[in-house]
Amino acid sequence: MRAFEYSSPRTTEDAIRLLSAEGAVALAGGTDLLSLMKDGAAAPSRLVNLKAIPDLTGAHETDGGLHIGATTRLGPLGEHRVIRESFPAVAQAIAGVRSRQVLSMRTVGGDLLQRPRCWYFRAGFGLVPMHDGQSMAKTGDNRYHAIFGNAGDAVFVNPSSLAPPLIALGASATVLGPDGERTVAVEDLYRTPASSDESEFTLGAAEIVTGVTIPMRSSSNATYEIRNRKGFDWPLAAASVAVSDGGARVVLGHAAPTPWMSAAAAGALAGGISEASAEAAGDAAVADAAALSGNGYKIQLARVAVKRAALAAM
Amino acid sequence: MAEYVWPAAGDRLHIGKHISRLDGPVKATGRAKYAYDVNRRGMLWAIMVQCPHAHARITSIDTSAAEAMDGVVRVHVIQDVGTEIQWAHDEIVAVAATSEEVARDGAAAVKIEYEVLSHFVNERAVDEAPDAQPAQAETTGDPAAAMASAPTKSSGAYHVAQIAHCSLESHGQVAEWQDEETVTLWASTQAISGVASQLGEQIGIPASNVHVETQYMGGGFGSKFSVDRWGVVCAQLAKDTGRPVKLMLDRDQEVSVAGARPSTHAEVSTAADADGNVVAWDSKSWGSGGPAGANSPPLPYVFSFDNQTHMHTSVPTNTGPARAWRAPRHPQACLVTMRALEDLAHAAGMDPLDFFLKNIEKTGERASTYVEELEKGAELMGWRDRWRPRGSGTGTVRSGLGLALHTWGGRGHRSNCEVLAYRDGLVEARIGSQDLGTGTRTIIALVLAETFGVAVEQVKVTMGRSVLPASGASGGSTTVGGVSGATRRAALNAVDAVFERIAPRLGTEMANLELRNGQLHFKDGSMAAMPWRQAAALIGVNPVSATGANPGPGQLNDSGVGGIQMADVSVDMETGVVSINRMVAVQDCGLILDMKLAESQVYGSLIMGVTYALTEERVFDPHTGQMLNAEMEFYKLAGIEDVGEMIVHMMTGPGYDERGVIGLGEPPVIAPGAAIANAATNATGVPINEMPMTPERVLAAINGGMA
Ligand SMILES: Cc1cc2nc3c(=O)[nH]c(=O)nc-3n(C[C@H](O)[C@H](O)[C@H](O)COP(=O)(O)OP(=O)(O)OC[C@H]3O[C@@H](n4cnc5c(N)ncnc54)[C@H](O)[C@@H]3O)c2cc1C
Ligand code: SF4
Repeated sequence: MRAFEYSSPRTTEDAIRLLSAEGAVALAGGTDLLSLMKDGAAAPSRLVNLKAIPDLTGAHETDGGLHIGATTRLGPLGEHRVIRESFPAVAQAIAGVRSRQVLSMRTVGGDLLQRPRCWYFRAGFGLVPMHDGQSMAKTGDNRYHAIFGNAGDAVFVNPSSLAPPLIALGASATVLGPDGERTVAVEDLYRTPASSDESEFTLGAAEIVTGVTIPMRSSSNATYEIRNRKGFDWPLAAASVAVSDGGARVVLGHAAPTPWMSAAAAGALAGGISEASAEAAGDAAVADAAALSGNGYKIQLARVAVKRAALAAM
Repeated sequence: MAEYVWPAAGDRLHIGKHISRLDGPVKATGRAKYAYDVNRRGMLWAIMVQCPHAHARITSIDTSAAEAMDGVVRVHVIQDVGTEIQWAHDEIVAVAATSEEVARDGAAAVKIEYEVLSHFVNERAVDEAPDAQPAQAETTGDPAAAMASAPTKSSGAYHVAQIAHCSLESHGQVAEWQDEETVTLWASTQAISGVASQLGEQIGIPASNVHVETQYMGGGFGSKFSVDRWGVVCAQLAKDTGRPVKLMLDRDQEVSVAGARPSTHAEVSTAADADGNVVAWDSKSWGSGGPAGANSPPLPYVFSFDNQTHMHTSVPTNTGPARAWRAPRHPQACLVTMRALEDLAHAAGMDPLDFFLKNIEKTGERASTYVEELEKGAELMGWRDRWRPRGSGTGTVRSGLGLALHTWGGRGHRSNCEVLAYRDGLVEARIGSQDLGTGTRTIIALVLAETFGVAVEQVKVTMGRSVLPASGASGGSTTVGGVSGATRRAALNAVDAVFERIAPRLGTEMANLELRNGQLHFKDGSMAAMPWRQAAALIGVNPVSATGANPGPGQLNDSGVGGIQMADVSVDMETGVVSINRMVAVQDCGLILDMKLAESQVYGSLIMGVTYALTEERVFDPHTGQMLNAEMEFYKLAGIEDVGEMIVHMMTGPGYDERGVIGLGEPPVIAPGAAIANAATNATGVPINEMPMTPERVLAAINGGMA
């Protein structure tokens, strides 16, 4: 592990200034970043701790909806009254994290911006690992890899637990950087890199996410995750569903290099949730899925996750 | 002269009771010091540079940059230019530095070049193996003829993946030289005495000058019998630098090079007559545990049939080498045999419980034990009321029952013990054994206390040092029989020696004395009983000392157990997720010294079994041959939420106790996978033939896509 500087600013302005230096990286709960550093997959020259900035933490209701600061910990967030009553999709995603230790450190921003769990990436081969001119994961062992958006060389999956429910609920993210603040839909935080030199996020240099806002729209919503182990384990497939007067949204996790929005599945649920429409949504969600050499079973799991998320929202 | 027997059922003070392990509190509070926790003044850290290729020849090594680094004290080349490397993560160079961080930086600065050679890591594709080594078939009777004429037949292919030991405390040690000729090694090992001899030999000093110390260790499961290359390197670095050196494996090294259980793949055909008697068995197996391939699993397992044939092919691969894994080859053989017999029972239209009972005589001398255990297990599982024919379930989540039988030897190893009785009443056992976390320390204390008729807290156990009376390695379920036999004999001899010393001082004969319930009794009633402490005061300043060994006079231990396990699982038919509802384990192991430790051993085995049944496997990258999941995120161990309810029943009493002590480390870990696979098959209605039973594999079976 390379030696690094550590700073813990009290304001977002200071944080942005500190992050503008070459090699500086934001630190939230550290549950992902520190393991990347220990594995040698990240080597920042400076860590800028965001957790001491009072403005970035806590959840409160605003005119625009429920605003959640980026460094709000997932444990307390799962207990929040509005989350429990109005956004079970978020509460269920949080409940899926079976580790108390992780829940008490992991933040909303860190969850959204955690790096993929791809075993080639974690072993230091890069996010779009290549071998003899071919995608290493595509031609290697890809049992946990993408079933959507995998036509190119990047076949890792987005691991965020919160992105699917937040996107399904139409949440936006506030992004702050040297050029000021902007607001983007949560789904627009993500992109599929063409090579290991590119980022899987759309954030610019020294930009941070300061928080997310979930509009207070009444909806039936739920998240369903499928994992091998009941205890601490990443899902093999996950889906969030939200159906309101304004329409339906279906988002799959662990399915593609980005959180994967399925318009076809949403269409199947537009007329409301029933046993039949849930089934149809599952089928529609995976109609254009494409298996790699070793992950065909994930198509079935994605189908079931969408169906069960819809039934749970019913 | 003492009579070397265990006390009769009515006379037991501690034996067979639920006694908590003595070192529980120091472990729970962190006061127990493991090899990893040993820190010596001026100590250096060593980190090893690993080969990234599964098969390669070293063409150059440049250590100059590392040597020039501040804080790097010594760079040691382990395998030099020209060496052919046979697996990824093999150790090439070790760097000792003033801190762990500097040692890592130093290791990263070492430049090694390789000529990369072609590798083979996927032994399942045996046809592609460059060096498959088929052995002669072993045949009894005429299986082909028996098969041809039998009315009921079954066949299937069964697969058990390679797994790792994944000990929570990784391999490693701290080495410190006292002088040119004497070294101390604080090692995480299952064999203090063996490691002392091995290191002495390899480093050129007498074995008696190597002091190995292991007070506590965090798991070995068969992977920690040897001093290993890193033990020798650590001692060498300490010698070369004149400073203590700590070298512990990282998690990725631990999982990729420090232990593997070989895979087993098998194609089996079986046949039964019209009554459900098995009449023929035919199996072909292959598997690998690294460059040495894999020995044949004992097939068929537990049962012997009049007409049977088995042929095995060993498949060398470029993967980290195999080491003994609890009950070597048995869990794999158990899965293959019990799944094949369950399939045959199904073909015969029989409840597997009836089918196994019908054929139980073919298990040989343990047949009546199996019958008792199957009946007990059936009662605890509610098997008779709850078993339904394969695939009768409906709905999305379906449950099913399965069972499996296992066997193991477990005779006590060679062990020596010295018992000292002091005039303050303390009684001490000195024994060169090690406690792997199984409770060996507690067993020794219990036997000593039992023999002196005192409380367990009144005795002391000094162990875990190679300078103590030599005792065997802790493996193969040999420890409990070995140390209990040696301790019992030494303690009985010590009681006699105490009597011999104090009888004249009490004006009586040795034969008139007896120790019971903390009191010295006079058999003729000539004097009132006196407390042990008061009697001990007569010992004088020189403690009484006596020794005992195993094997030795009298029959204190035996070999050979048979246990049964039953699983109740649920399978989600849409996701392939298998959940354990309940496991029942019924186990014999002769005379049980500490019921709580024995039950704990079985609980732990069930948890380990659930893990290898459902989640654990080594995954290798076809491109590099590196292990892709050499960490604990994707090398998945079951958690407490995964294991379900566990019911353990130990067979005790007449027929069991008089056999003496038999080991328990291996037996209960053999059958969980097979029982779970049979239960999953019963639940889903399709053969679930592969371990681990991941959603991926279970779904493939349900969808009929199984190879
Ligand atoms: C033992 C363990 C078990 C786990 N189990 C699960 C599990 O079951 N399921 C699951 O989905 N995940 C699991 N995780 C992963 C966990 O979800 C992530 O580690 C976590 O979400 C990261 O959040 P954090 O706040 O700790 O972020 P950090 O590690 O601090 O940061 C993660 C990344 O995001 C960046 N970042 C953080 N906040 C911001 C911000 N506001 N603006 C800009 N960039 C930012 C950091 O620079 C870093 O690159 C587990 C992790 C561990 C260690
Ligand atoms: S995760 Fe690893 S380091 Fe942490 S407690 Fe478990 S074994 Fe120890």
